[in-house]
Amino acid sequence: MDIVIAAKNLTLAYGDKNIVKNVSLAVGPRTVTALIGPSGCGKSTLLRTFNRMNDFVPSFRLVSGEINYRDLNVYSEKVDPVYIRRRVGMVFQKPNPFPSSIAKNITWGPSINGFTGDYDQLVESSLRRAALWDEVKDKLNSSGLALSGGQQQRLCIARAIAMDPDVILMDEPCSALDPASTARIEDLMTDLRDRYTILIVTHNMQQAARVSENTAFMFQGEMVEYSNTKQIFNAPKQRLTEDYIMGRFG
Amino acid sequence: MSTTTAIANSDMSAITRTGDARLKIRWHELAVVRWLQICAWISVATTIAIVAILVLESSAFFAVVPVWNFLTGTNWSPLIDPRSFGVLPLITGTLVVSLGASLIAVPIGLGSAIYLAEYASPTTRRFIKPTIELLAGIPSVVFGYFAVTTVTPFLQAIFPSTEVFNAASAAIVLGFMVLPMITSLCDDAIRAAPRTLREGGFALAATKAEVSIGILIPASMSAIMASFILGFSRAIGETMAVALAAGSTPNMSLNPLISMQTMTGYIVQVAMGDVPHGTIEYQSIFAVAAALFVMTLILNLLSQFIVRRFARQWE
Ligand SMILES: Nc1ncnc2c1ncn2[C@@H]1O[C@H](COP(=O)(O)OP(=O)(O)OP(=O)(O)O)[C@@H](O)[C@H]1O
Ligand SMILES: [Mg+2]
Repeated sequence: MDIVIAAKNLTLAYGDKNIVKNVSLAVGPRTVTALIGPSGCGKSTLLRTFNRMNDFVPSFRLVSGEINYRDLNVYSEKVDPVYIRRRVGMVFQKPNPFPSSIAKNITWGPSINGFTGDYDQLVESSLRRAALWDEVKDKLNSSGLALSGGQQQRLCIARAIAMDPDVILMDEPCSALDPASTARIEDLMTDLRDRYTILIVTHNMQQAARVSENTAFMFQGEMVEYSNTKQIFNAPKQRLTEDYIMGRFG
Repeated sequence: MSTTTAIANSDMSAITRTGDARLKIRWHELAVVRWLQICAWISVATTIAIVAILVLESSAFFAVVPVWNFLTGTNWSPLIDPRSFGVLPLITGTLVVSLGASLIAVPIGLGSAIYLAEYASPTTRRFIKPTIELLAGIPSVVFGYFAVTTVTPFLQAIFPSTEVFNAASAAIVLGFMVLPMITSLCDDAIRAAPRTLREGGFALAATKAEVSIGILIPASMSAIMASFILGFSRAIGETMAVALAAGSTPNMSLNPLISMQTMTGYIVQVAMGDVPHGTIEYQSIFAVAAALFVMTLILNLLSQFIVRRFARQWE
């Protein structure tokens, strides 16, 4: 199998405290992979190493192991984190559009990264792919903050798509949204998978089951089980996985 | 059972302040409240008194000199015949000096704020912040003296036509006087931008400079603009340094190398001179002060309006 992004024997820490312990995970192209596990088990910490967003946390340390994106060692000193983030986009838990127009939200990233194509077309295609075009096509110059929470999150997805990334990381992208908006974003993920490799952290078991092909279950910083989503939900190999999925803890 | 009740009762009486159940007026409590009330109203009373005196004295002035002539006249010669009370030269002096000061304080202030908020290590920050506050604590007259003895000779070395008293020198020191305020307000504004906004920028493969300039500055624009206006308003009202450095020759000119008198400069000149009370010259300082007051008031209201109108779009 062709691997897009992978963690190899990864141990991560904040200060002296190891948070992610000897985790390995390999993700193939054009798949949706769900990362599940109880709160505080290190899902976000792991996810944020794939595009080096943890660089901004002063106490963060990569203790051992490595992250690979295609043939690059993401944490190697020779690799530019800005390049990694161009290829590996991210959508956050809380929608965080820039306090500027909808169009500007889309074009800003590409413009600082040397995009030379047609901006109007970029805005339209990104918004279409994020299933937001019809709702905002008449107000592209109004503020992104004037949209509803669900629309803002789709704007953030559109913004990530506009960069034409290879991988999109999503950290609980629906946790601040109502059920209708959540359903729209889940549909969207299914559409996006034929083009992007998606990693999604979620606390919602049904969501993981609906949108993902593979699921990784983490517990207290360790990777307990990683396999096909159907298998994880129907016949987990580990007792811990089963307990978690059945809602017996956390 | 009965012993418990007895104990409870004695406990109760122990925490009752007096044995008397009737409502009492607590005089000391009332006295404290009154005192605090007076403290709060002292500022209000002072403001009202000052405005009243301004209005009273300047209305006596405007009974002689029509407001229109005052506001549009281009010749200010209040002490030497033929008298003329056109305030525009003073306003020009004030604006040239304050705009010049802003030209220095705005870019340096915003630049240091970005550096402090986004780049400086905590150690560097701990060193720079108090130093900037120290700058704010230097008395105005020291800045004025510094302008005359150091800045002006320096300017004269570059531009030989520079006069001994000149607007440029005043503007330069004034710029450094308002710099701490602008730096500190912009620093607060930039740091108030939420972390999620920065992360959103970095996740789109932006560099640190691109996030600072492309996202954080626009996002804090209202507070930054307000700080510029407040700085400008502070510059307009500044007196001692400007009076020392810019001299006392009313000049309606945009040449910063010549002497100019500002509104505040004129007020100190007359207030410290021997002009008899009740004369038109004396009343003219209240007219100038009233004009100055209106200008600063408008600027302060404008900055409040900007802050409120574009208040924190996030949360
Ligand atoms: N900046 C930080 N500094 C120190 N410790 C941190 C920091 N961020 C997270 N942690 C700790 O690391 C552990 C894992 O955090 P992480 O955010 O990765 O968990 P998570 O699995 O995403 O949880 P949740 O489901 O609640 O989002 C937690 O115990 C948390 O307290
Ligand atoms: Mg998390």
